[in-house]
Amino acid sequence: MNTFLTLDLMPLLAAVLSALSCGLLGNFLVLRRLSLMGDAISHAVLPGIAAAFVITQSRSPVAMLIGAGVAALLTVLIVEIVKRLGKVEPGAAMGVTFSVLFALGVVMIERAARSVDLDADCVLYGQLETLASFGASGDAIQVPRQVITLIIVTLFALAFVGVLFKELRISAFDPGLSTSVGISAGLMHTLLMALVAAAAVASFEAVGSILVIAMLIAPAATARMLTDRLRPQIFVSLIAALIASVGGYFLAAHAESLGFKRSLDAAGMITVISGLLFAIAAVASPNHGVLARAIRRRALADRVILEDLLATIYRAHETGAPGAREEALRAALGTNRASAALSIATRRALITRRDAHIALTDIGSALAADLVRRHRLWETYLVDRAGVRPDHAHGPAEILEHARADNRAPIAPDLDATTDPHGRHIPSPHDN
Amino acid sequence: MILAQLSSPPDPSFWREAFQTLSLRAGYNTTVVVLGTTLLGVAAGLVGSFLLLRKRSLVADALSHATLPGVALAFLIADAIGNGLSAKSLPVLLLGAAITGVLAVLTVQLIVRHTRLREDAAIGLTLSVYFGVGVVLLRAAPDYASTPASGLHHFIYGQTAGLLITDVYLMGAIATIAILAAAFLFKELALTCFNDDFARATGWPVSILDIALMALVVLVVVAGLQAVGLILVVALLIIPPAAARFWTERLARMVLASALIGGASGYAGSTLSALLPRQPTGAIIVLVAGALFIISMLAAPTRGVIPTLIRRARLRARFATDHLVEFLFDTASPASLSEVARDRAWSSLQSRIIATGARTAGLITGPRSALTLTDAGRARGRRVARNHALWSQYLVTYADLAPSHVDFSVDQVEHILSEELIAELEQALAKRGIKITSAQTSSGGDA
Repeated sequence: MNTFLTLDLMPLLAAVLSALSCGLLGNFLVLRRLSLMGDAISHAVLPGIAAAFVITQSRSPVAMLIGAGVAALLTVLIVEIVKRLGKVEPGAAMGVTFSVLFALGVVMIERAARSVDLDADCVLYGQLETLASFGASGDAIQVPRQVITLIIVTLFALAFVGVLFKELRISAFDPGLSTSVGISAGLMHTLLMALVAAAAVASFEAVGSILVIAMLIAPAATARMLTDRLRPQIFVSLIAALIASVGGYFLAAHAESLGFKRSLDAAGMITVISGLLFAIAAVASPNHGVLARAIRRRALADRVILEDLLATIYRAHETGAPGAREEALRAALGTNRASAALSIATRRALITRRDAHIALTDIGSALAADLVRRHRLWETYLVDRAGVRPDHAHGPAEILEHARADNRAPIAPDLDATTDPHGRHIPSPHDN
Repeated sequence: MILAQLSSPPDPSFWREAFQTLSLRAGYNTTVVVLGTTLLGVAAGLVGSFLLLRKRSLVADALSHATLPGVALAFLIADAIGNGLSAKSLPVLLLGAAITGVLAVLTVQLIVRHTRLREDAAIGLTLSVYFGVGVVLLRAAPDYASTPASGLHHFIYGQTAGLLITDVYLMGAIATIAILAAAFLFKELALTCFNDDFARATGWPVSILDIALMALVVLVVVAGLQAVGLILVVALLIIPPAAARFWTERLARMVLASALIGGASGYAGSTLSALLPRQPTGAIIVLVAGALFIISMLAAPTRGVIPTLIRRARLRARFATDHLVEFLFDTASPASLSEVARDRAWSSLQSRIIATGARTAGLITGPRSALTLTDAGRARGRRVARNHALWSQYLVTYADLAPSHVDFSVDQVEHILSEELIAELEQALAKRGIKITSAQTSSGGDA
């Protein structure tokens, strides 16, 4: 515990605070499709820092912070200018701006580095580990300046989102409506950008710009996979930021006990963990996850093919045949689909085999009659009400017959027709 | 400030050296490096044009950042295998870079296709996570700590100083392949840029062409890794086409201009950095490209900011002169400038500028309190008034506007009616039996 206090507490605190402040603000960036603004800002602070160096000829932290802040705001401004005046596509405008500013920063730092010890690396990677030395001296825990800055910025960000939540929400979802009801979307955008710049600048010194980019996007993206409402999304994103920063830090710091030759890069590890969290959410989220959607799609496909199978057999019964031949079903539905549907229908006792024919059981017959009823009602509706030609109504009806409402009940037009446009009988409704 | 520092080495030999480098006579190695980066710039400019028009510029950013874990992994694997394979063998490292770069593009596409996230978030996420993996791997590389100059470092910022001549050959060769492939696929890529639905409907394999485009981007990024560095190589793909866009509205010319700007950036940038040995080449090349972008954005005649502003100011001046002359023509007697200003809601400064302009053009004469038209002014006044009458009559007759509502829109259209359009209007109105003879205004014109 003592080594934790002396060695790990401050860097960990810095990582957690950066993750929380960036993660919080990132929610609005992701919603407003401005994710890459964080990318642009965190690249473009470099010349600001370098300029602060060249001017003060020292590593004065206050000057660096001011330089970075000015550069960040300039970036936002320049991107807007290039976009509006030059009519350049937004992505390209951002790309042009931040890469030129970054290049300028690299050159300036190369020159400044001759007199002061500094390289671009510290901006890219941050110096999380160096914060460890702060707690070590004496009994009292010293709080390094970076952490104090981060605490202030995090509180600021929390207050900003807390107080202006309603305004932020409306301007994020509908800038036009927002402006028309008196909440200037432009002003909210500017305020948000200023805070993103502040959070990025306060964070990058401790954790590096790559982690800033990751934290501005990954937690919010993770939360967006898990929830549809903004409040829960913010809450989930903060938890994701917390897990990533704490987990990543400890994995990196204690990599040696995990079999690595030396400790790993903490900022990099936190980024990796936040990426993993997103990957897990993207795959396994119950509503929007890839897996859940694949399962839902599969279930829908199974239902549609089963319904098509039953309807085909029903139509065969209508002609007076004892059922449908398997080859005919395979020809009508496609071999693979027919096999799958046959096995499902057999399992659910909807069909039975009679010699060479496949016939409907009572339950199957009831289901099939309902389906054929819906099909023919839809055909009637399309021809009578929607002006579709009779020979064109089958296709759309084939799709509409499977439609279900939100409460999962099948949908059919409310008509009291007894024959469809082709003169076929419409089965009467079953109550099952 | 930094540019001043760059351009002020007092040593006269600097300029001799500069000229030698620029004219490719500064020794074999420097010449090869300059030629190599020029080829790289041309390739990036070509490929970047299509990327810009497909609005995919920032996918390249994700791609280039994602080369870092590839380089680091290739290094670690080659180092672990050891025998015969030098861990710093460039082709091996570049192969690793290409593989993770492609993976990143696929990741972006997977996220966009299968989740609810938009492309910007997908790009940012992919970029930072891949780069984070790269940083972790790089720091875990066995001799990173002991020899920071192991070469991997240069992949981030780029440095031609440490390049072997064979590395430059490799870069030049990859860039040349990209140039040839882009030239070969020009028509197909152009088609997908403008109308991918049409391309798809007419049977072009759009998704294969997209893959081909991304493959070209991978080639350019991989070629540029060593010289320009992975953070800035994307700048070569974005800046030249964005700059070229200001110069022309035609695709072929834009692609050509972009290749030219890219090539010029590579050429001038590598020359500069050859002269200033400590300067990171990639950053210098990007700064040159950035300077060309700023010049293009401000001064390009077709879409540049300043020429556009001038054109707009000229047009406004012409409209204002038209209004002044029309007013004087309508009143048919001397009028004071302040009267005109009140009618048109001009400020007194505006009205003075307009009056001075009209006077210089020989359209008006007389003191400011009693302006009259010259003969030329009367002719122009008649024309403007006639256009005004024609157009308002047309709106009333054909567009069913109330006579009291036409004046505002007429005020804007009357200046830009062409000769043919006027003839057409006269014919159309004549068909309805309406004839505009002279300066008859719309106020009484019921249809």
